[in-house]
Amino acid sequence: MSIYQTIAGNQRYRFDGLKALLAAASPARSGDELAGLAAESAAHRIAARYALADVPLTDFLSATFVPYEEDEVTRLIVDGHDPAAFAPLSSMTVGQFRDWLLDPRTQTAELAAVERGLTPEMVAAVSKLMRNQDLIAVARKRQVVTAFRNTVGLPGRLSTRLQPNHPSDDLRGIGVATVDGLLYGAGDAVIGINPASDNVPNCQAVLQMLDELRQRYEIPTQTCVLTHVSNAIELIGRGAPTDLVFQSIAGTEAANSGFGIDLALLQEGYEAALSLGRGTVGSNVMYFETGQGAALSAGAHHGIDQQTVEVRAYAVARQYKPLLVNTVVGFIGPEYLYDGKQIIRAGLEDHFCGKLMGLPMGCDVCYTNHAEADQDDMDLLMTALTVAGVTFIITVPGADDVMLSYQSTSFHDALYLRSTFDLRPAPEFEQWLDGMEMLDGKGRLRDTLASGRPMQRLIGGMQAVTDGR
Amino acid sequence: MAGDLDPWNRLRRLTPSRVGLGRVGDAPGLKDVLAFQFAHAQARDAVHMPLDAPAIAAQLPLASVFVASAAPDRGTFLRRPDLGRQLDPASAARLPPGPCDLVFVIADGLSARAVQDRAAAFVQVALPRLKGWSVGPVVIASQARVALGDEIGERMGAGMSIMLIGERPGLSVADSLGIYLTYAPTRGRRDADRNCISNVHASGLSYEQAADKLAWLISEAMARKLSGVRLKDDVDPATVAAAREGAALSRS
Repeated sequence: MSIYQTIAGNQRYRFDGLKALLAAASPARSGDELAGLAAESAAHRIAARYALADVPLTDFLSATFVPYEEDEVTRLIVDGHDPAAFAPLSSMTVGQFRDWLLDPRTQTAELAAVERGLTPEMVAAVSKLMRNQDLIAVARKRQVVTAFRNTVGLPGRLSTRLQPNHPSDDLRGIGVATVDGLLYGAGDAVIGINPASDNVPNCQAVLQMLDELRQRYEIPTQTCVLTHVSNAIELIGRGAPTDLVFQSIAGTEAANSGFGIDLALLQEGYEAALSLGRGTVGSNVMYFETGQGAALSAGAHHGIDQQTVEVRAYAVARQYKPLLVNTVVGFIGPEYLYDGKQIIRAGLEDHFCGKLMGLPMGCDVCYTNHAEADQDDMDLLMTALTVAGVTFIITVPGADDVMLSYQSTSFHDALYLRSTFDLRPAPEFEQWLDGMEMLDGKGRLRDTLASGRPMQRLIGGMQAVTDGR
Repeated sequence: MAGDLDPWNRLRRLTPSRVGLGRVGDAPGLKDVLAFQFAHAQARDAVHMPLDAPAIAAQLPLASVFVASAAPDRGTFLRRPDLGRQLDPASAARLPPGPCDLVFVIADGLSARAVQDRAAAFVQVALPRLKGWSVGPVVIASQARVALGDEIGERMGAGMSIMLIGERPGLSVADSLGIYLTYAPTRGRRDADRNCISNVHASGLSYEQAADKLAWLISEAMARKLSGVRLKDDVDPATVAAAREGAALSRS
């Protein structure tokens, strides 16, 4: 194990190994305090950053975060490392890597070229040396474009997941929330529902309803029931109309085991979805959610700070060329991210790190009622993420998820972001909105709830699809 | 929107979601903004309201004892779930050694308001259904998580612990009571070892419904000498509440 040392303010600080150094350098958050990994003082934290700035990136290739033999995520990271892609960075320290990222000559092409040379721990490390504005400025430079029935992540676009959850999976209730969202121009990333019950026939009924609604109006988007990957495989076997296969993932084998998955099962789900060939403009078929604290809450973090182990989950995600990935940043609760400040920082970190790892990174900008946060904090995070070029955000009617009992962002919020930053939805979806007479001459969404035709068409269709079920 | 002809008047009844809000520019109208903020304020107040243990004790038909977890205040409780699962040493010494078949633990959890308003009333409804079992003194616990009931049950030699705890407030309901039943409570029990009756509140399960279910679960658990997932398998499985808990936990 390497020992890292620095002198700051006439005091010598010593860090036993990269894991401890990264943890001490991480911006303050309750999850690292809970795990006993956080810096002992504010000065200790900054001393760790001084030390981290001088660490050569090559140190990350020899450091052990989780033993290779006992963790398949580690094997994926180590075996998948591309020395040729790493070559341009191989003589840099973490501090120099930060400067390279901020250099105006480093743009999307340069960032994409080094992607497979970056390990998640390197990406996490550099993020700890970056202020919020740095995370925004660099993420903004990295475009990641994916496609299924529409194209997500193009410049000048902001997509949304329409999340029409219902406490008992009532199909009409889901239908009403779906139409509500469509009338606000939401749902181009995915119409994706968290089922209240994971039982397979229930998921199949929801999938069929959403697919019929999509086909009836030829909506160029994808639908998803966010159930366990093993259920998705079963659903595909039963012929359910499955566009995307979803799974929550984490950054260690043990944490993934807590989710009831391993890499082989993800591969099986990926191949099952691909075999259906349902994408029309692309074949990115996976949808992943992540979030800081998941590994710790499963007791499976191996002494790694929660932000670093989160980025390891992105190494898992990129293996399956996902259409969408999002961090559910404030969902896990105040014992991991205590307040609005910590949630905002974590959201910007996750987005930045995801983009650097080559992912189509979105965010569920959210919090629970026992966190010290409110909708004003969400306003700041979603605005900052939009400046950073976030691929998509989650949108829920009125920002209030009545099934999962937490607050996210709303259809209105997405309208605010699109108006304020002059952003459009995915091009295919934008065309569809125009065809439905939902856009005005400037491409802005009309007040569709106040004016008749699109609303009457969609409501009529929703009733036709859900009646008699 | 056009008064009676507004289809949203009808559609809103199909979901508790905040649908059909309308727009002022890109924002919702002020009435809807304030309704959201009021709901959130109620949830926040429910989380932070201190537990008034003597007031609960006064409404109970049984003797009671007050204990506290190792989390000294609300801020620590929220940051350190591990401390909310341990008794503070002075409290541990106050617990009578037992034994008893059943012990009720009334715990603030994430909504003191839920237990303040509902726990004593529920105990009164439940007790007549539990004839034949010896019931120990009721333990009223502050800054407490579900697993605190394991240490309490263990120290009191209880056959089962029945924890009445305030559930995490949502925007629609800030005073929902959850009931966790654990056979042979001992430190180190896992969530899979418990059965949960969730969503006891004015628009959810009534005290009578919850008490019937509790009595049934207790007799099954005592007969089979276990609780948790293996017991639930034989019960009508898909109470929406249970599924919802699972969905929330597996979300990320």
